Parts: sequence; structure tokens; C-alpha cells
Amino acid sequence: MRPLFDSGTSADGFLNVALPKGRLGERVYAMLAQAGFPCPELLDPKRKLIFENPEAKVRYFWVKPSDVPAYVERGAADVGVAGKDILLEYAPSVYELLDLEIGKCRMCVAALEGFRDNPDQKLRVATEFPNIAQSYYSSQSRDIDVVRLHGSIEIAPILGMTDVIVDIVETGTTLKENGLTPIETIVDISARLIANKVSYQFKYEAIQTLFQGLQEQVAAKEAAQ
Amino acid sequence: MELDTRILRREEQTIYRLRQLYERRGYSPFKMSKFEEYDLYGRSKDFLVSERMITFTDQRGVLMALKPDVTLSIIKSTREQAPGPRKVYYNETVYRWGKGDEGFQEIMQTGLECIGQLDLYHIYEVIALAVESLASIRQDYILDLSHAGLVGGFLEAAGIPDKDLPRVMEAVREKNRTELGRYCQETGRSGTVSALLEKLITTYGPMEQALQDLAPLCVGGKKTREAWEELSSIQALLKANGLGDKVFLDFSVEGDMDYYSGIVFRGFLKGLPRGVLSGGQYDKLMERMGKHCGAMGFALYLNELERLDPVQTDFDVDLLLRYDDATDLTALTRTLAEQTAAGKQVLVRRDPTGVRARETMDLRGGEEA
Repeated sequence: MRPLFDSGTSADGFLNVALPKGRLGERVYAMLAQAGFPCPELLDPKRKLIFENPEAKVRYFWVKPSDVPAYVERGAADVGVAGKDILLEYAPSVYELLDLEIGKCRMCVAALEGFRDNPDQKLRVATEFPNIAQSYYSSQSRDIDVVRLHGSIEIAPILGMTDVIVDIVETGTTLKENGLTPIETIVDISARLIANKVSYQFKYEAIQTLFQGLQEQVAAKEAAQ
Repeated sequence: MELDTRILRREEQTIYRLRQLYERRGYSPFKMSKFEEYDLYGRSKDFLVSERMITFTDQRGVLMALKPDVTLSIIKSTREQAPGPRKVYYNETVYRWGKGDEGFQEIMQTGLECIGQLDLYHIYEVIALAVESLASIRQDYILDLSHAGLVGGFLEAAGIPDKDLPRVMEAVREKNRTELGRYCQETGRSGTVSALLEKLITTYGPMEQALQDLAPLCVGGKKTREAWEELSSIQALLKANGLGDKVFLDFSVEGDMDYYSGIVFRGFLKGLPRGVLSGGQYDKLMERMGKHCGAMGFALYLNELERLDPVQTDFDVDLLLRYDDATDLTALTRTLAEQTAAGKQVLVRRDPTGVRARETMDLRGGEEA
């Protein structure tokens, strides 16, 4: 089977959109549909990965949230939606056009309740985001030992493997259930609209229409609050 | 045998076409060694795309590096007293550390440099050659221009302190209005200042229109006014020469303000996910390297071109010539000569396993089948 289109080419005039799989992606799709890029087929529960609406000239695909920047940076998708955490971690060379103000959470340092940092010792940090952790602690000139994990980060300090964790905190319930507490906020996180730098040049009108449609919704929501 | 240019890969064809273009404008070839003393790069690390280099110590005990860049070597070899400007082009392989897990990469790069007392004509010439270089590869291209003087003038007018420049410039490079808005809010900037800074993000489009829109904001400061006038003159010259249609104004074009002093630009080709050309006027780099003159140039990354309109061939060769012990080798070699003279790609083999040939000629047993 030949590729649908060559990355970055998408000469068929479709706007290619990478959506993060999961609840956030579904919320994002609702906003995109309202912005003038509907694709009803997308909500069909069949196990397809790519969906098109030839009338709206849009093509969506579901990808793992942390892979969205790669699809956009390499031009397989013209635009996509990714969390700020993913953007900070992977630092893709893309345009970050808009904060969608959804999927809000915080990137925090958390530790067992009662933890006290000993500056004489290297701080051991468990995280799924080693670059964010490194850059945060290097801005404080703090020497750290990063342990990269891929889930259930909370266990690391409980087992004494690390002193703290750097992770996303939404409500704090999971931390609390495990006897951990957030001790510092590194950065606020939310979903961002990103665009490939070349697509921005050659599909400017479509990307602007999408951007404006989303910006209006974000502004309306802010005004309502 | 005459050279059949169809055999050349796209990047090879591009190299020859660009060489012709640059030589016709009086640029001479610059050839350099694969290695340079590390010290040359160590002093201007920020100018390089990546700080990591492949280094080794030579027999004199001097630390050497596999060249990650060509411009610095050209500057080093330039004599200020020589009548100028010096105009050179090059086609070299550079070795750079790629992003993330990519490791060291070998990148084929072609480009040119114009070094000396540069006037408006020379600035135009380099930009026009950048436009023509892109156009020689494909007609769907865009060259985005920014101006370090104009961006610097806006930042000065907005009163952005040096410590905040990295944050503001990052927002401009990412076209990140949200981040810029937050910065203005956090630092208590007025609505007028915020609007001025936002112009650095929202300005995008063909130069003539974009410059007209910016005109009222560029009359105040000397730096901004001069930059605007320079861009306007360049735009007029490009238009007069039929080269202006696809040249856009866009301040997100990256150019380290410690090195670049004037126009900076980046070129894009439809169908490739990354920019393929970058350049600008780098007088400040010259100054840092102890040279008292101006300089401007650009580089084109040819590795990227192999992804353009990839050709998926269904066959390995046009013709497979099969033979065995009974085949008359004179007849075989004569057939081979006839078929290659007809422009065919011919593979001579006993065993056809794994070969996808458009047609097969069987000369086994002395018979043509």
C-alpha cells in the first residue's frame, strides 16, 4: 500500500489535523467542528484511524497525545492539538498558535507528606518528563538524578527510589491517595493549537479560518466566565 | 558517451543548476577541508545550529572538528584589505548534531556569501539569488523575510529589558500570542505596547501589503524607519525584476540578534515539512570575529530535497539479459551495447531471482527468446 500522501505534501488541498486520542481529543474535535471543520464520520465507533470530510476539505487522525508534535513537525499533519507539557518536553519546531483553555492542569513537584529537601544531597526525581525536570532544576542550579518512568510515578517515592516526582496534577486525588502532596508548581498546562511551519505558509487561509473559529470560542468562554 | 541528465538525482541536478546560477552572477567557488580547528567554532558556538561537534586531536595536539559550518571558514579566510566585496559560493558536507535522538548527521549544503562593504544593491543581489535558487527547484516556494533592525526597534519602543528578550523573542518565533499576552499582562504593559508587540506576530503576507500596514508604526524611531525603508527598497527592486510575488514579511524567521544586523530570511518549498534555505546579513558576527566590514549570505539544505516528489519505481532495471554457459558472449555483449545505446538500463545476470525488470531477454542456450 502506498502512503495516502507524502508527509508535508498533502497536495490534495485537505487540511490534515492530528487529534490526541482520548477525552481531550473529543472535546477538541467538538471545537474544530464548530469552527467550520466538521467530520461526522469521526464519531463513528468503528476502529478506523483516519477520517475525511471532502466537503469541508479536512482529514482527521487520532494519534497518541505525546506523538502529536512529531506528526505536525514532520508535516504529516498541518495542525494538531497538544498539551503544553508535551510541547515543553519535546520542544518541537512548530508554531504555537492558540491556548484552547481546555485540559487544564499543572506540572508539579510532589513528595511524600512531611518531605524535607536536603540541599547537600543530589535530589532524586522520578518523572515522565525528564527535559522539563532538568530545565526546572537547572534554573535553580540544583543537581538532580532523573529516573525516567512511563507511568505509576507515585510509587517511586513510596518505595524510596526517589525523593520527589515531577508530574501532571489535575485534581490531586491520586497523589493524596498515595500519601503524596504537591510542593511546587512548575508550570500551568493546557491544550494548545500547533501548526507546521511550512503548512502555515502554503495553507494559510485554511489555518487562519480554523484559528479564528477557535479563538472566537475561547474568547466567548472567557467572557462567559 | 553523452551524459544523460535523467540519471541525476534531484539534489545533484539542483547542485549543477545552482552552480550555473551563482557563477553567472560572478560568484567564485570556495572549497574547504573537512576539518577546521575547533577554536574557530568554539568562539561562536551560538551562531551554529548545534553546539555539539565531532572532534579529535591531530598529530600536533590541536583539537580539530569535522566542520559543522562553512560560513565561519569563509569569514576566517577573508582579507579585509582586498578590494570587494568578495563573492563566493560553496557546495560542502557539514556534520551536525540532529534534534533529539537523531545523532550526528551528514548534511549536504550549498550556499553563498557576499563579504565586504555592502550597499543596497548587494543586499538585493543576495535576496534575489535566494529567490532564484528556490524557484530553480520548484515554483511553489515562499521566502519569508524579517529584519533584525525592525524587530529590535519595536522591542526598544516597547521598552523590553534585555532580561526579558529571550521570552518575548521565543513567543514571536512561535507566533504565540497567548504567551506574549501573558507577558504583557504580568509586566503591566499598556494596551498600545501590547498591540505593537502583537504586530510582530500578526504581520504576515506579501511584502508590499505588509509594509504598507506597518508604515504608520515605523516613522518614530530611527532604527525602525531605516529598516522599513531598506525593506521597501528591496521589495521595489524584487517587484521590478518579477521576483516579488512569493516574498513575504514574517518576523517569526529565526535569526540570533547577537549575530544578525539586518535582513534575515528563510525559504520554504511546498511539499517539504521544514524550511530548506536560511540566511541573512550578519555584520555583528563579522565584528565579533574582528573583521570590520559587512556580510550576507545563505545556505540551502540539499538533503531535504530527496523527499520532494519521491519517485517509487516499479522496476529495478528496464531490461534483464539472461545467459548461461551456452550463450555466445559476442552476441551477448553486442546485444548489451545495442540496448544501452537505445537508452535502456540493462542488467546482465545468469540468475533472475529478486530482479524486477520491465522486460527480460533470454540468451541462454545461444537462442534469443
